[in-house]
Amino acid sequence: MVEFLQFTLSGISYGMIYAAIALSLVLIWRGTRLLNFAQGAMAMFTTYIGIEVIYHTHSYWAGFAVALAAGLVFGAAAELTVIRPTLGKPELNAVIITIGLLIIIEGAAGILYGGQFRSFPAAFSVVGLKVGSTALGVSRFDVFVALAVLAATLLLAAGFQYTSVGLRMRAAAFNPTVARLSGIRVGRVITLGWALAALLGALAGVLVSPSTFLYPNSMDTIFVYGFTAAVIGGLDSPLGAVVGGLVLGVLLSYASGYLPQGSDLTALVALGILVVVLMLRPGGLFSAAGVRRV
Amino acid sequence: MKAITSSQGLRILGALVLVAVVVLLLSIRLNQFRDYQIAEIATYVTAVAGLTVLTGFSGQVSLGHGAFMAIGAYTTALLLLHLNWPFYLVLVISGAVTAAAGALVGAAAARLHGPYLAGATLLLGVALPAVADAFNGAFGGDQGLNIIYNAPSSFGPNFPLTRWQAWVSTLVALVVLLLLANLARSRVGRNWRAVRDNEVAAALAGVNVAWARILAFIVSAACAGLAGSLLTITTEQAEPGAFTITLSIAILTGAVIGGLGSLTGAIWGSLVVVLVPTFATDVATSHGLSTSVAANIPVVAYGATLILVMLLFPHGIQGGLRWLLGLAGISSARTRRPAPVPEASASPHEFLLVREGNPHGSNKKEDTQ
Repeated sequence: MVEFLQFTLSGISYGMIYAAIALSLVLIWRGTRLLNFAQGAMAMFTTYIGIEVIYHTHSYWAGFAVALAAGLVFGAAAELTVIRPTLGKPELNAVIITIGLLIIIEGAAGILYGGQFRSFPAAFSVVGLKVGSTALGVSRFDVFVALAVLAATLLLAAGFQYTSVGLRMRAAAFNPTVARLSGIRVGRVITLGWALAALLGALAGVLVSPSTFLYPNSMDTIFVYGFTAAVIGGLDSPLGAVVGGLVLGVLLSYASGYLPQGSDLTALVALGILVVVLMLRPGGLFSAAGVRRV
Repeated sequence: MKAITSSQGLRILGALVLVAVVVLLLSIRLNQFRDYQIAEIATYVTAVAGLTVLTGFSGQVSLGHGAFMAIGAYTTALLLLHLNWPFYLVLVISGAVTAAAGALVGAAAARLHGPYLAGATLLLGVALPAVADAFNGAFGGDQGLNIIYNAPSSFGPNFPLTRWQAWVSTLVALVVLLLLANLARSRVGRNWRAVRDNEVAAALAGVNVAWARILAFIVSAACAGLAGSLLTITTEQAEPGAFTITLSIAILTGAVIGGLGSLTGAIWGSLVVVLVPTFATDVATSHGLSTSVAANIPVVAYGATLILVMLLFPHGIQGGLRWLLGLAGISSARTRRPAPVPEASASPHEFLLVREGNPHGSNKKEDTQ
């Protein structure tokens, strides 16, 4: 029973990281109908920037803030330079471009920072919390991870719901042509969407790196699971991204905890979960009733 | 196979024979490393052509073709290790086993579209190599399986193995291209394009949509299996490290960069995917850069190439070549065929149904599928 609680709590902590990546993919999907395969690599690079700032200023929070700010800039820059020209071209072109971006960023990180594993500091203690004498299997930092992603998600949701910028973003995602006709600068809105997505990615990078270490490929696995979470939830649904992330995180935590050789098999288990979900709902858990035009 | 007697069929056959002769001459002139590269390119062409059929012709994306290559590679290694059958037989069986796997995946994927299909296949590509680790008794775990492959003894003891490998791989790649080109021009190919362009219209015209999509997966997986088989005899091993997600992504990249509209694109794409990183490595090492820089310059150059090709040639290299030939006035109406547009009306019934169906509202029901 205690074991079960421990696996659940640590699963939630990882699940929130997958949720952050999933949410960033959903943001971009809703705005531009494309998958950003460079999301993980961008997060890796902003985390390197964060660690450099931490080394020089000896302040975790300065590094944290700079990493997130770098995410904003990166996302906007990527959209403006290489993604914008592909809008309206065959869909896979933009996908290949984000793959190219992924390869370039990982190569650049290798050139600038070398390939060795670096440890990344955690904001709070990573010693396991206890209730009485029972270990909970999570640390103060894990709680911070979950709360930080939750806060970011709620802020975004509130922004989308209650601000005029959020309204414009929703309109542009809903119907770009009509939005443009009613005076919304759809281009700017898309750039903003990419910037916010990269900010979420940067947050995930900073939060996950204390447990995975930091190296040029360190975000690859996280990205794959984030993507899986987004697909499970349904790519159009921000709520689905969070639920998908949590479901995936918790189930994978059980798998690696209870199954023999479980940690080798996490990818297979994730595939199984995805196949089951997509068999039942081909558009993800939170897909709207599908309307397809002929 | 009737298609082969038509004039276009003859042109395709002629072009493939020409490629075979060029590769034969090159493989004798060039050194062992270049021969190895020829085998590598041919392996990629086999897999990329298969994915071109799946993605370009039937409209389904796969980010996990490395998994099919792994199935073909391990089948080949196991058969060669334990039964020691002749390679041509092993090759055919590997293709068949992978085709069966493709049928399974295709059946599971038949309802999925766009990013959902991409996500499922991506995870397949990530998860499958882990099977080799989990069952390390049969599959040799991390180390994989090592095989011994020799050139036929009739060539004499001094015949370089790499040249033989290049020949075998090229032959397989060219036969696959020929078969796929025929298939694409047959009823099967027309059905694929009809399904790609408009599923509902294709179904109304009597195409079995689910079967067409599954068949595309079967054909495409078989090609990837053959490529995996070739990889095993070229590297003389099958190990999980060879089938990472990087391989799956390289195959998709090759297909898109080359141009999804045509099988010729598979050749251009494979050349880019294999040669650009090697070329950039040569340049970087010859300039005496530090190791971390020299090791990563090719990576950056490769990524930059992908982005540049996509920005300059939205329809891939083959699309770009057609456009350039058109500019130079060399291209005749015959060769200037922008892939998707005329093919949309490949089936006249489909065209009629869409046009006539709407005013009467007869396909309203299909709207909310």
